[in-house]
Order: sequence, then C-alpha cells, then structure tokens
Amino acid sequence: MFVFTTAVLPLLILVLLVTVGRKFAHVTMPIYALILLGIGHFIGLAVAPPDREMGDVQRIMYAHVPAVWVAMVALTTNFVCSVMYLFKPGWKTDSLAEASAEVGLVFGAVGVLLGAIWGRPTWGVYWTWDPRLTTAAILLVAYMGYMALRRFVEDPEKRAVWSSVVGIIAAVDLPIIWFSVKWWRSLHQVQSTPKTVDPAMQLPLRISAYAFLALAIAFIMYRYRIALAERNAEVALPEALPTDEASAKRTPGVA
Amino acid sequence: MEAPAPSAPPAIALHDVSKRYGRHWALARLSYALPTRRSLLLTGHNGSGKTTLLRLVATALSPTAGSVEVLGRNTVSDRDAVRQEVALLSHSSFLYEDLTAHQNLTVLARLLGLPSPSDVSSELLTKVGLTRRTSSPVRQFSAGMRKRLAIARLLMKKPALALLDEPFGELDPAGIQAMEAIIGELKASGVTVILATHLIEQGLSLCEERLHLQEGRAVPA
Amino acid sequence: MSRPAPIGLLRASMVLLRKDLLIEWRTRARLNALVFFALSTLLLFSFALGPDTKLLERNAGGYLWLAILFASTLSLGESFRIEAENACLDGLRMAPADARAIFLSKAVGNTLLLVLLGSLLIPVMVALYGVKVVLGVEHVLATLVLGCMALAAPGTVYAAIASNARARDVLLPLLLFPLIVPALLAAAKGMTLVLQGDPMNQLKSWYGLLGGFNLIYWGLGFLLFPRVIED
Repeated sequence: MFVFTTAVLPLLILVLLVTVGRKFAHVTMPIYALILLGIGHFIGLAVAPPDREMGDVQRIMYAHVPAVWVAMVALTTNFVCSVMYLFKPGWKTDSLAEASAEVGLVFGAVGVLLGAIWGRPTWGVYWTWDPRLTTAAILLVAYMGYMALRRFVEDPEKRAVWSSVVGIIAAVDLPIIWFSVKWWRSLHQVQSTPKTVDPAMQLPLRISAYAFLALAIAFIMYRYRIALAERNAEVALPEALPTDEASAKRTPGVA
Repeated sequence: MEAPAPSAPPAIALHDVSKRYGRHWALARLSYALPTRRSLLLTGHNGSGKTTLLRLVATALSPTAGSVEVLGRNTVSDRDAVRQEVALLSHSSFLYEDLTAHQNLTVLARLLGLPSPSDVSSELLTKVGLTRRTSSPVRQFSAGMRKRLAIARLLMKKPALALLDEPFGELDPAGIQAMEAIIGELKASGVTVILATHLIEQGLSLCEERLHLQEGRAVPA
Repeated sequence: MSRPAPIGLLRASMVLLRKDLLIEWRTRARLNALVFFALSTLLLFSFALGPDTKLLERNAGGYLWLAILFASTLSLGESFRIEAENACLDGLRMAPADARAIFLSKAVGNTLLLVLLGSLLIPVMVALYGVKVVLGVEHVLATLVLGCMALAAPGTVYAAIASNARARDVLLPLLLFPLIVPALLAAAKGMTLVLQGDPMNQLKSWYGLLGGFNLIYWGLGFLLFPRVIED
C-alpha cells in the first residue's frame, strides 16, 4: 500500500495531467509540482532521519539526486527527438528537442552545483574527479555546445538537422564518457556518493523525484511553446504555402 | 514545332514547387514542364528565383513543398540518378583555387569513372581554349578563364540536361561568342539546355521556350 | 546514353583523398605554420609549468595530445574552408560523389595530417622534456594513429557543420572538446605508458578502448555526414 501510494500514484497523476488534462496542463503541472515539492522537502528536511555518517548534510540528496535524474530524462528526450527529426522532420519535434535540451542543461547544472555544495562538508573539497561529477561536467559543456550551435545557425531547417546530428552524437558519447572516466579513475581510489538508500529516506526521495519531474515537464511545456512560436515567426506558418493568386493581381513589392 | 516522342518523360517537370529561405519564398507554387531537346530561356530580375530554380533542378537543394522531376526521376528520392544526367554552370565555379586547370578537371574525370582521365581533361582544355598557363593554379586565372574552365567541367559530364546560370557574366564579347558557340553545339547534340541570363537578345536567339519569373512565380514576360 | 559505371565508395574516397593531399602539398606553407603552432604550444607548456623536468617528463604524453588537439582545431576547420571557397563541396555532391566518400576522404586526410604532426612533435618532446621512448616506435605510432583517428572522425563532422555557421572558429572546439574527452584520456594514458614503460601491461586495454571509440565515431560519422551536407 505504501509502495503504491508513493511510487505509482504520483506517476498516475502526472500521466493524467499530461494526457487527459492536456489543455490545462500548463497551469496544473506547476501547481502539482509545487505541491509535491512542498511535501517532499518537508518530509526530507523535517521528518526523515539524518544520515548516520554525514548527519543533516545528507539531506541535500533530496534535491541533488532528483535534479540529476530529471536532467537525464530531459536529455534522453532530446536524443529521441533528434533521432525522430532525421526520420520525419517537423517543427514540433525540433521545438521539443530544443526545449528538452535547455531544461536538461539547467537541471544538470543545478545537480552539479548541488553535488559540489554537498562535497565541501563531506569530502572537504568542492570538486573531486568522481566519475559521476566529471561525466556530468563534460555533459554540461557538450550540451552548451548544442545550444551554441542552435544560436549560431540562422537557417531553421539546417539548424534542426545539424542540432539533431550533434544531439545524437552527444547522447551516444555519454555512456562512453562515463565508462572512460570511471576506468581512468579506477586507477586511483575515489570517494563516491552513497549507493544504498535507507528505506526511511526513500519516501522523500521518491516524492522529490516526482516533484522535480513535474517541474521539468512544466518548464519543458513552456519552453516548447516558446520554441514553436519562434519557429512560426521564422518560417511563417509551417503548413501554409504561399497563396495561389493569379499573377495579374499581384503588385510587385507587396508581399 | 517538333513534338518529342510521346513516351519520353519531360526534361524537367515542376509540380507545385515552393522553396523557402527563412520567411522568404524564393519559389512559390511553380508548375512547369519542359520537353526534352528543347531549350529554355529563364528570365527575371535578381531575386526572382532563377538561381533557386536551377539549383533545385540540379539537386543542390530540395524543395520545401512540391516535387521536381528530371527525365522522369524525382530530384530527392532519386538524387544520384538525376545527378548523373544533369550538369550545372553556376555563379560559384566549383573550382579548387590551388589546383591547376588540368588537375581540377582530372579530379572530376576520375570521380566520373572515365577511362584515361588525364587525356580527357587535356582534350577538354583544348576545346575551351585553355591550353596556356597549364601549370598555374586557378587562383591566378582571370574571370573569363574561370568561366571557360567551368564550362569544360560541365561538358565533361556529357549531361542530358545542361543548366547555365548567367554563363555570359564577366565575359568579353569574344568570350560571349565562344560561349554562344558552345551552347549551340550542346543543343545540336541533343542536350536540353536551360539558360538563365539578363542578355535577353542572346537568350532569345538561342532558346525556343521562355519562362519569366517574378518573386518566385511564373508570369508572362 | 552510355556512361561508365559509377565508381565505388572506396575508389571515390581515394580520388578525393588524393585531391586533398595534392592541395595540401601545393599549399604546404600552411602546413608549416601548423607545425610551428604545435611546437610553440609544447614550448608554452614548459614555460607555464616551470622548468621542473621531472614534472614535464611525467606528463609529456598529456602535453603532446593537448598540442595535437589545439592544432586540430585549425586543421579541421581548414579542410572545409577550401571546399567553401567556390562552393566546391556542392560541386562534389553534384558530380555525383557519394557523401560518405567525402566523409571518408576528409576524415582520413585529417588523420594523416595529425599523425604527421604528432610524429614531428615527438622528437621535439624527447629533446625538450627529456622523455625516453621506452616501448618502441611501433607503439608510439599505434597510439598516435588510433588517437588521431578518434579526433579526426567527429572533428570532420563538426567541421562541416561549423564551417557554415556563425562564430565558426569558436563553435568547432566548443562542440568537439567535450566529445573527445574519452579519446584524449585513452590516448594520453597510452602515450604515457609508451614513453615511460608499462609494468602492469595496461597498454592493451587502452588500445582496446581507443579501438572501440574509433568504431563508434567513424560509424556515426559515416551514417550522419550525408545529412549534414545535403540540403
């Protein structure tokens, strides 16, 4: 019963909001996210027990871990959109790719920042070459490059094709980077973040994860709208063709 | 006017073709068909879509909407087959500045799989009158010489359809005459020629059909 | 109309590679500049890090690859600038030349250039940093070739993209550097082992890693490059 409530129910609500309640999702999703954030962080800060070794510092996990998870989800979305665009071009796919990359980048940056903040009291330093942190940092630069590419290409069609290519290569490279950094670091002993999570901490973690997911979905929705509107402004209505007026009626110089 | 054999597909067939750059429609719902072995004069002000049209037919671009067929083959789905039959003379010369004229032609000859590429290149250079300065890089060529080298590139392909975008540009009167002669030879050997030019006189004397573009649409001349 | 049969992918790649090498030879002043740039990078490392020869010697493998990486941002960009000059890339596409042959020829050409660069840098490094080559020339070459291949393949794809975008000189390194981190790690580690000895027999695994990267990067480039250059 506990598992159902905490693991499945929030997901169900999320899915319902996105599918059935689609029309109002841009209002309901942020509200839902804030509610979940409130619950999750209240439990995480006030109710859950402090870590045996690290004490209260460990509570930052309830923000750090979801942030990174959600960044992964967003960037996976970008990968899927990039692949889809190459098979079936469309402005909606391209806009979703842009939105998910940007949101993924922001959440990833937050995750890395929180990881560094966590590291200071725990390991004494803001940065170690921990495989996860290092991979995340490289990831951030890679997707910053993706966003830079989008800014620097003016033709919308070329921009969409090239960012799809770059998005695919970056996503495929990600596991490679992860493994190579891990291998590189395995030659030296390294402190890593705790792997097992106490059951009492699972609840706030789960709720926070859904909260962050809802938040990210809300951000992506809004960003997607903006991107689609920008595409429309750039190319006139995507589906519209120039009207088929008789040439005699046309005055040169008038659009 | 001789009608071509009824079963032969038209040299080019444009079906409701539109091409967009950003917000600007370079070509807007253009439909047109040209039978084989006819020559077409393409006219219109700068920015009317002539170059875009030629590049679409040459498969350098794909249409935003509609389809283009060359000799019955779609320029997007059958791209390589179309490329074998079409050659484009463009504003850009497609020449490597650091290679000699002969080297430039030999690269293309090898790509086309021609036997004795070096000899073929030499013959073509003679044909267009570029036998002097054979060891200088193209960087040192005058505009007229580059034009001649570019036309040699086109001739090497022995295309069924020749697309000429402002072939008389930057040529002196002797050069214009020579170019007219080459175009005449192409027509005589059965090549379909599409010629875009501002020199209406030369164009009208060389071509049988005419298509006038204004802001991407066909209008009466 | 009788036409010669279209030439195969490999033959087209060879024709285009030959063309690129010919152009490189004819403009070899550019090549010299590239070599001098890489050499000065090596020098600058010694100035930046101080004259402690022990330190320089220990990390020489890394410095070498950094120098090659910096030089590659110049050479990769250049390989497409020559195609942009008179829309030559369009001319090649319409010849018709298979886009994948264009990729192969450019990537192989860039690899050869970087390997040449690396080979010239190594004796300089031996002199400047006091390294010895413990494991032999064939291992030096193997590491060099595998590493340069791993740089050149994605570099070629990104150079083609960047050459058409604004701020192209910044965009290429920005896109390329995060991506080739694995290759850089493996190549630098491998070179260090080659220069200083490999008591624990790790070199084979680094070769394996580099081989794996190359398979993935060259495969991806082969598949995606046509989409990059076709309109």
